[in-house]
Amino acid sequence: MTELTITAEPGVPQVLTERTFDAPKDLVFRAFTEPDLLVQWLGPRQYTMTIDRYEVRDGGTYRYVHADDAGNAFGFHGVFHGEPSPDGWVQTFEFEGAPGNVSMDTLTLEERDGTTTVRTNSLFQSVEARDAMVNSGMADGMNQGYDRLEELLGTLVPNR
Amino acid sequence: MSVDQLDAVFGALADPTRRAILTRLSDGEATVAELAAPFSVTQPAISRHLKVLERAGLISRSRRRTARLSHLEAEPLKEATVWLAGYRQFWEESYERLDELLAALQTAETDRSDPNDPTGRGTA
Repeated sequence: MTELTITAEPGVPQVLTERTFDAPKDLVFRAFTEPDLLVQWLGPRQYTMTIDRYEVRDGGTYRYVHADDAGNAFGFHGVFHGEPSPDGWVQTFEFEGAPGNVSMDTLTLEERDGTTTVRTNSLFQSVEARDAMVNSGMADGMNQGYDRLEELLGTLVPNR
Repeated sequence: MSVDQLDAVFGALADPTRRAILTRLSDGEATVAELAAPFSVTQPAISRHLKVLERAGLISRSRRRTARLSHLEAEPLKEATVWLAGYRQFWEESYERLDELLAALQTAETDRSDPNDPTGRGTA
């Protein structure tokens, strides 16, 4: 639908994203919270996602693993805070490769004319922690993403 | 690139006039007057934008007789694009997959409730 917007302000330990989907809110909520649906979309295509547990309730915990064909596996876990609903929810998020570095993610879902806008607000412990996460995390998609952004900014980056 | 430098780069890029100035400089060096020409702002205002860009390391400046020339410095911009690239790639690809899943789920729902719906999308 619309393009993904990512906002990471200088000096603020926060990342905001926004994206609109061509589906009603209840369905988007299901896709985010039902394990058999979540594994079908979260993460790049080259990863296989396995969910250990996904307890969508106040105080419920979740854990999942992204694995690639080369045998690399990346675990993530966290806790839901407050009762999740199709209007939104709050969860903590921690990459098991960097224990103790936790972000608090607030997601809101807003439906309009049958489309749903998903907004995420990830709050990190410090600007440095945010930058480390955004910089190092998901490094596999790096080259591809880099090429695409270079294309996008092509006019700004002359060959030298 | 340090966090402070990165902040300066993103702060500099946050302004549309400054982005337009960078785009102009990608065609080659320019004077303040040349850079100000396409905009309805004064040369001092352009000079302030150039100071911000210079502090961020996105341009360098030199003198030719009385004119001050600005040049694009591409390296900080490259590093800044790399910074978010992995994160963006992760979520763009995930959300594209989610688009596909949501479309498939809606088609399945519609098929169940109204097998004769030719649009396959229901009336919602």
